[in-house]
Amino acid sequence: MDTNPDTTTEDMDKEYWELRLYVAGQTPKSVAAIANLKKYCEQHLLGRYKLEVIDLLQHPQLAEGDQILAIPTLVRKVPVPIRKIIGDLSNEERVLVGLDIRPIESKLTR
Amino acid sequence: MQYKKTSSAAAVPTLPKAPTGIEGLDEITEGGLPKGRPTLICGSAGCGKTLMGIEFLVRGALEFGEPGVLMAFEETAEELTANVTSLGFDLPALQEQKLLRVDHVHVDRSEIEETGEYDLEGLFIRLGYAIDSIGAKRVVLDTIESLFGGFPNEAVLRSEIRRLFRWLKDKGVTTIITAERGDGTLTRQGLEEYVSDCVILLDNRVIDQITTRRLRVVKYRGSTHGTNEYPYLISEDGISVLPVTSLKLEHEVSDEIVSSGVPALDEMFGRRGFYQGSSILLTGTAGTAKTTLAAAFANQIASQNKRCLYFAFEESPQQLVRNMRSVGVDLTPWIEQGLLHIEASRPTLNGLERHLVVIHKLVKELKPDAVVIDPISNLINVGNINEVRSMLTRLIDFLKVNNITALFTALISGRTNQLDATEEGVSSLVDTWISVRDLEGVGERNRGLSILKSRGMSHSNQVREFVVTDHGIQLLDVVIGPTGIVTGASRLTQQLQEQAQELAYRQELERKDRELERRRRVLEATIANLRTEFESVEEELRQINSEELTRHQTFTEGRTAAVSEMSGRRAPDHNTKSNNQ
Repeated sequence: MDTNPDTTTEDMDKEYWELRLYVAGQTPKSVAAIANLKKYCEQHLLGRYKLEVIDLLQHPQLAEGDQILAIPTLVRKVPVPIRKIIGDLSNEERVLVGLDIRPIESKLTR
Repeated sequence: MQYKKTSSAAAVPTLPKAPTGIEGLDEITEGGLPKGRPTLICGSAGCGKTLMGIEFLVRGALEFGEPGVLMAFEETAEELTANVTSLGFDLPALQEQKLLRVDHVHVDRSEIEETGEYDLEGLFIRLGYAIDSIGAKRVVLDTIESLFGGFPNEAVLRSEIRRLFRWLKDKGVTTIITAERGDGTLTRQGLEEYVSDCVILLDNRVIDQITTRRLRVVKYRGSTHGTNEYPYLISEDGISVLPVTSLKLEHEVSDEIVSSGVPALDEMFGRRGFYQGSSILLTGTAGTAKTTLAAAFANQIASQNKRCLYFAFEESPQQLVRNMRSVGVDLTPWIEQGLLHIEASRPTLNGLERHLVVIHKLVKELKPDAVVIDPISNLINVGNINEVRSMLTRLIDFLKVNNITALFTALISGRTNQLDATEEGVSSLVDTWISVRDLEGVGERNRGLSILKSRGMSHSNQVREFVVTDHGIQLLDVVIGPTGIVTGASRLTQQLQEQAQELAYRQELERKDRELERRRRVLEATIANLRTEFESVEEELRQINSEELTRHQTFTEGRTAAVSEMSGRRAPDHNTKSNNQ
């Protein structure tokens, strides 16, 4: 039991998250999503993530590449496989499950 | 005010429509789909919904200069391109020319996690971007129902789809939405409640092992439309909906005459043949030389350096050519010169509609002056009488509009009523109806030909016997016997009888002549006899007379002598004296 968190922490240390959040303008859902995502990243992936927020109103051509239909959509580009999470990301647990992030730090804080 | 009202009424045209360019569909919808509005095309699997959508876009881009966007939810652009290449649609080229944009939307539920509220703004943005990038006027969403599989929150989805259609309307693009047919409803997800301007239902039915696709315009707000179910086909050139011709009776007519190929048959018509562009029906029981007559007609057309298209539903071209050669009709040179095209197929090979389309296609390709279909009755195998009739109506219309003389043969059975319906069904459509039939007499069958009707010209009312000889069909002279026209062996018998009668009559005459002669001779002989008799009687009488005279003389002399003896010797002197005196 002791070794497991250590190895995962080491693995997670090596791992790097590349996230893309697609929004469309400053709608309440988009704003909420950005705020939520930033919060989770700071909490769980500090220093190990790269977040890119794409406003489709400004770059509509980018929607096709990641097969974006719903707004907001969070795309985990790295690590593979690509995962998508739609919605305003208000449910933290589901976001973390969706992104496959183990909430280590929350355990530590507890 | 009234003036203004009328002018405004005239100025307000019917609903603006976007022509689809799909053969026949524009006629049914009277101009196309509602411009700037969504149209729902629903149908079960394999109906050609996607194809209809793509054809709408391709024809729009090529024929009407309206670029289009295809948003494919089910197939990738590569798959779609490959699927429609066989129909001659070159999607990549259109994409290069910025006339088409294909956007494949991939929705996979397993990849998507839902957390909190969302909308489908991304879809709108993608679509909007695609539309704006090429200035699209047409959009096809194929099949938007896939979204229901991808997003768990149906309430959001429904409101977003409703918003999408509203948004498309506001954008002014003509949209086709395809949807799978549901159980008891037009679409599985009830999309018809969102799209209310025009709904087209496609159907794929198998009746007696033959598939016919049918199309129906369920509703069309703001416009009249054909309400029937129309058969349609997916052919090599895309979809074609029938009727492909207008159902109006307003075609040019020709005053020219074409020969039937049998001179004696021409003679039976007041104008020595058929009108160019008319339709001729040739009915007859089995083995009454319908095909031979048809081939003779085809031969005649080709020999005048005109083109003829011959649809043989019973024989292969080779067999037909061989068989016709045996009756002195050589079709080979015409085939080699390209004047005669024989298209042979089994009627059951295709559905009725496909036959019609094949005929249409070949007619458009070859531009013939005459078309022969031998026989139309075989088509009954494929469809029921009503369908055949409607198909033939359209075919005859089509040929008439193109001023093509059409000759149809039809097999009828003299015994059952079933196929008489064919006659009824078709006979009112054709201009000329020739009937060939068996004249079955004592121990033999002969062929008789008569004209039942011929619009626009007088015709003979006789039933003419004809024979198929080594050099074609020959009509025989009419021989009338005691019970009407006689044929075949009775015809020969009749002729022999007539000859015999003639002979007997002559013989009788001669006999009478001889009799008279004999009588004359007898009489003459009698006359001679009588004369001889008379002569002998006369002679005898004369003899008696002279004898009487002599006797009297003698008696007188004797008395004188006696007297003189009694008076002395002087008496003899005296007697001598008196004698001398």
